[in-house]
Amino acid sequence: MNCPDESTYGNKADIISTVEFNHTGELLATGDKGGRVVIFQREQESKNQVHRRGEYNVYSTFQSHEPEFDYLKSLEIEEKINKIRWLPQQNAAYFLLSTNDKTVKLWKVSERDKRPEGYNLKDEEGRLRDPATITTLRVPVLRPMDLMVEATPRRVFANAHTYHINSISVNSDYETYMSADDLRINLWNFEITNQSFNIVDIKPANMEELTEVITAAEFHPHHCNTFVYSSSKGTIRLCDMRASALCDRHTKFFEEPEDPSNRSFFSEIISSISDVKFSHSGRYIMTRDYLTVKVWDLNMENRPMETYQVHDYLRSKLCSLYENDCIFDKFECVWNGSDSVIMTGSYNNFFRMFDRNTKRDVTLEASRENSKPRAILKPRKVCVGGKRRKDEISVDSLDFSKKILHTAWHPSENIIAVAATNNLYIFQDKVN
Amino acid sequence: MECALDAQSLISISLRKIHSSRTQRGGIKLHKNLLVSYVLRNARQLYLSERYAELYRRQQQQQQQQQQQPPHHQHQHLAYAAPGMPASAADFGPLQLGGGGDAEAREPAARAAPQAAAAASPPASPAPASSPGFYRGAYPAPSDFGVHCSSQTTVLDLDTHVVTTVENGYLHQDCCASAHCLCCGQGAPGPGLASAAGCKRKYYPGQEEDDDDEEDAGDLGAEPPGGAPFAPCKRARFEDFCPDSSPDASNISNLISIFGSGFSGLVSRQPDSSEQPPPLNGQLCAKQALASLGAWTRAIVAF
Repeated sequence: MNCPDESTYGNKADIISTVEFNHTGELLATGDKGGRVVIFQREQESKNQVHRRGEYNVYSTFQSHEPEFDYLKSLEIEEKINKIRWLPQQNAAYFLLSTNDKTVKLWKVSERDKRPEGYNLKDEEGRLRDPATITTLRVPVLRPMDLMVEATPRRVFANAHTYHINSISVNSDYETYMSADDLRINLWNFEITNQSFNIVDIKPANMEELTEVITAAEFHPHHCNTFVYSSSKGTIRLCDMRASALCDRHTKFFEEPEDPSNRSFFSEIISSISDVKFSHSGRYIMTRDYLTVKVWDLNMENRPMETYQVHDYLRSKLCSLYENDCIFDKFECVWNGSDSVIMTGSYNNFFRMFDRNTKRDVTLEASRENSKPRAILKPRKVCVGGKRRKDEISVDSLDFSKKILHTAWHPSENIIAVAATNNLYIFQDKVN
Repeated sequence: MECALDAQSLISISLRKIHSSRTQRGGIKLHKNLLVSYVLRNARQLYLSERYAELYRRQQQQQQQQQQQPPHHQHQHLAYAAPGMPASAADFGPLQLGGGGDAEAREPAARAAPQAAAAASPPASPAPASSPGFYRGAYPAPSDFGVHCSSQTTVLDLDTHVVTTVENGYLHQDCCASAHCLCCGQGAPGPGLASAAGCKRKYYPGQEEDDDDEEDAGDLGAEPPGGAPFAPCKRARFEDFCPDSSPDASNISNLISIFGSGFSGLVSRQPDSSEQPPPLNGQLCAKQALASLGAWTRAIVAF
């Protein structure tokens, strides 16, 4: 069970590290290991080109983060984009937050499709005119030009995190956002870059007593005072910022008691939560650990409401997965627009969807060989033991270097984006 | 493809991961190192409990041969020897962490040890899947450990006022395998005091509590009067650890005894020493492992 070098699959810098739709679903942003952001825009539907309805094309590409060097600690800071979060659109421009391990940046993405022509003091090429030659005055006019999309960094929020940033989340007040690292969560105002408020700090006085770290954090979609954060111990804490300035004490604590029969060397690793997401309704939270996805009711803290097995056949492979480091992979999870279906990734370029109402689940594969444009994805099945049927794949044949860690679901339609190493797949549900 | 790593391999793999994380681009990842240290703790607990079981089994054999002591006292010694040993680990059942320190946990542990040792003593080919089978195959063969120093410990049991001479056997000699051993030198001076080559320090049981308090005192090179034994070993220990060479058994067990888990919160709580009679050397090693803090944590948290 080897894990080939990622460079086998192309340039390492092209590996996609985050995927996110904006609030309308018109734009889709990806970040990669090389610090670049690529934004796709959905084609407007037009009667002329029916076949191209709703396709996503590249809209803008820019370098968000560069590698840096911390001279004090002799550490290189990776330029990899850990997360992108969109701000809701308030004017013609689009705004997004992108972050690497240490620095969050606010980017403005705007279009320019007109340019002024007819200046008095300079000619069309921009050369200055001799004022003595000017005999008349005219008012410059805006004339159309080829569409240009430009991205400019509007704010840089730096030097607030000692540890590696794992999450950012925009508050529903649209004025603040939070950034979370392994031990601390900071609250920022978009307008202020030289200060942030620390709202959670779990660093022990003696680092040798450290037992858990923060793995993900998110604001409630509607209540601007509420947020959750997950830990490496498999717990989730819900905090209310009205309770106190420093939210070290949680309002709610979600934990499922461990099943002692499942105890192994790696129990702590597989219970570490890699992602936490509020449902769109705000009533539930979903968490992803190594083998399962769980849905929690905010009103029930002692156990999850639903547990879905993503790839339980890996439970007997944990020590190989520990050896090749796959056990540390951090899978994300997403809700669909109506909170009825949840989706998460797996290995071999498989991703899984669970319908919460019908309790049906499906395994699909994102690969060039299996998906031609407008072809229907065929459900896949992993054969656990015994006889392998024709279309099934055995556990030992799974390619653990092909992992789907990042997926996104359109906010209102059945369109999903799946990042498979350095390829982005966009699937649409043609039933609509 | 099944794979059942024994505790020792897991420990060496984990240490290798921690070591390589120091040179990884982007700096040390706290989360990953924390998780690796959990695996280390789990593996080390199993490894130590297996060693205690082996030690007990050997003593039982000696006892049957010599018949010097009433079985009751031997029983008690071994019970005291493994306060940190999780009760169920000796059964090679699912790993129970947070080691029991109370008398009830000890007694069944001591009783269960010979049965478990007998059951596990021909190391079966690694059993797949479930945890109990997983651990059963991991029982280290006695031949893994060469005899570096044979030594005897003379111990006074304060409860029964019986003086016992115990062949420390492998547990002790593993600790003495390198010059950086912490726990060499028995508490009680007497005949057969171990003086394995390279053992620099004497360790007196009475010092334990002082050492615990002085763990964090002083900087890397300082040697507080109580002789916080781990401090000078930090650098040496790190250089000792060579990910390229295949670590032999004595190196690993030495690292185990020195290392601890790096995060004291992960370490099972030491039993209250007021409840204990003077411990055997086997327990000294474990206690030292449990008590030693600092170096690996500082290596990991290079902030």
